[in-house]
Amino acid sequence: MIPRWLRRLWATPTGRFGLVVVALMALTAVVSLAWTPFDPQYSDVRNRWAVPSWPHVLGTDDTGRDILSLIMAGARTTLFVSLGAGVIATVVGIALAALGALTARWLRETIAILVDILIAFPVLIIAMMISSVWGGSLWVVIWAVGIGFGVNIARVTRPELRRVQQSDFVLAGRAAGLTAGQSLARHLLPNVAPVFIVQLSWSMAVAVLAEAGLSYLGFGASVVEPSWGILLADLQRYIGVHPLSVVWPGLAITITVLALNLLGDGLREATDPTIRHRSGPRAPAQTHTPEVVA
Amino acid sequence: MLRYAIVRGALLIAGLLVSSVLIFLTLRVFPGDVAQLIAGTQASPDQVDALRESLGLNRPLVTQYTDWIGGIFRGDLGTSLLSGASVGEELFLKAQVTIPLGIMALVIALLIAVPFGILAALLRGRRGGTALSVGAQALAAVPVVWAGMMLVVVFSVWLGWLPPQGFPRTGWSTPWRAIQSLLLPALTIGIVEGAMLMRFVRSATLQAAGQDFVRTAAAKGLTRTRALIQHGIPAVGLSIVTVLGLQVAGIIVGSVVIEQLFTLPGVGRMLVADVGTRDLIKVQSELLVLTGFVLIVGFLVDLVHRSIDPRQREAS
Repeated sequence: MIPRWLRRLWATPTGRFGLVVVALMALTAVVSLAWTPFDPQYSDVRNRWAVPSWPHVLGTDDTGRDILSLIMAGARTTLFVSLGAGVIATVVGIALAALGALTARWLRETIAILVDILIAFPVLIIAMMISSVWGGSLWVVIWAVGIGFGVNIARVTRPELRRVQQSDFVLAGRAAGLTAGQSLARHLLPNVAPVFIVQLSWSMAVAVLAEAGLSYLGFGASVVEPSWGILLADLQRYIGVHPLSVVWPGLAITITVLALNLLGDGLREATDPTIRHRSGPRAPAQTHTPEVVA
Repeated sequence: MLRYAIVRGALLIAGLLVSSVLIFLTLRVFPGDVAQLIAGTQASPDQVDALRESLGLNRPLVTQYTDWIGGIFRGDLGTSLLSGASVGEELFLKAQVTIPLGIMALVIALLIAVPFGILAALLRGRRGGTALSVGAQALAAVPVVWAGMMLVVVFSVWLGWLPPQGFPRTGWSTPWRAIQSLLLPALTIGIVEGAMLMRFVRSATLQAAGQDFVRTAAAKGLTRTRALIQHGIPAVGLSIVTVLGLQVAGIIVGSVVIEQLFTLPGVGRMLVADVGTRDLIKVQSELLVLTGFVLIVGFLVDLVHRSIDPRQREAS
């Protein structure tokens, strides 16, 4: 039995595109662990700057490394960073939203103000704060996006949580003796999950862009790790002579981010009851990639 | 309105305080021994001690914090650990590249977003409208670095119209050359930010089209398009103001990456370099200036929005 939201998602061409491409990217990342056309770090010195052709489908770089293999291996890093950032954003988001909705009034209001302040911190600024102390690494990207987007999630989830909290079945549950924690786990979280999963999809799009941008700046992946951002920085140095090779890693990033954004949009439409009917004015688009880094 | 301004102003001050404490904690307290961190692992214990003494790291944290903030109130942003140069003076110099770049990018973003966003809304359901929406959706997914590289390939490598990177040593005394070298960077940020803003303009226009006052105007004899343009667009303008704060934050972030790509001597590139060399005193002040800027813009945007929206003015 396919759940209803999935069928709704599949019914729109954009939702289908998002789902298929995200699945393909994840698959590529997994496959690259076992197999890539060439070893991504192997330099075929006699084949430097090969034009796209067989066997180097997307050509080679300045040291003769196969660009397709590098991009496939880079998908691994991208997947790792976006999943990691997603997990942290979830934890931060749920924690702040729950604290901001369910605690004593003074604490609730303080948290809400704090979230309003923190939301002004761009992911890049957070990343720079972290990496000026601990140096650059993929964890910097994961934490920066996780914290930065977690605050975003908290802001969107909090009002939703408060709305559900005041509904009759939750009150009945509390009256029947559920503790606050039980109520949160059984009634509140499952009911805000749709809002939340949509945000998660968008946060992963931000993570992909952030990984590329921060790695490009030198705050993310180290030069020996396979990364789309590092690849862009490498190829940029020869942009005057070999402009075509820069196209590929950029396309990989764009398609992945586009797919994650569309998946988020599709999930929103598939799960939000207020926009179930296609006619009539639609909810305003959320600027869900506001402080994009890359 | 005054009441709102006071409450919003209090939130701004709280925001500045919280950010300064967060930046201070992250850069000075969490790392443990800042002097060791700055001196590196090669330094002898004596050197580290001397550094600790000269930075005043032996004093209580609260004193260090109030000294820093007190200095900022007096206009003193501290001095670089490495060069001993004044951070304030350097920021002032670099801002002469970054601020014009940001303004140009914002203008380009608006020039793209407003007409195309409204057009996409007017053409909704038709082929042209769909094409515009898909284009905006795709452009908003493009990483800024890569957009910059593609523009360099087209306008510098192939056409040879604009310099691929750098900023004239002569600065603004040769205004034409300065503008030329900022054009591609500004275009890069402007296109990507503009694509994001365009989606917002589109849905704001669609929302305005459903409003009673637009329907009434249409009922009184205007065509739907005319009614929307005459009565709906002001409402769209209003909602653009609300996202302007986000746009400014986006442009600041974009300029950090783009200044690196185009090797422009701006604030963003300075920050990246200082984070790389761990000039923590400098980074601390620069980060506070940047976040302060974002917070103040947000504050001003809210005030402007409040004062030009008649509905909100009456509500307060």
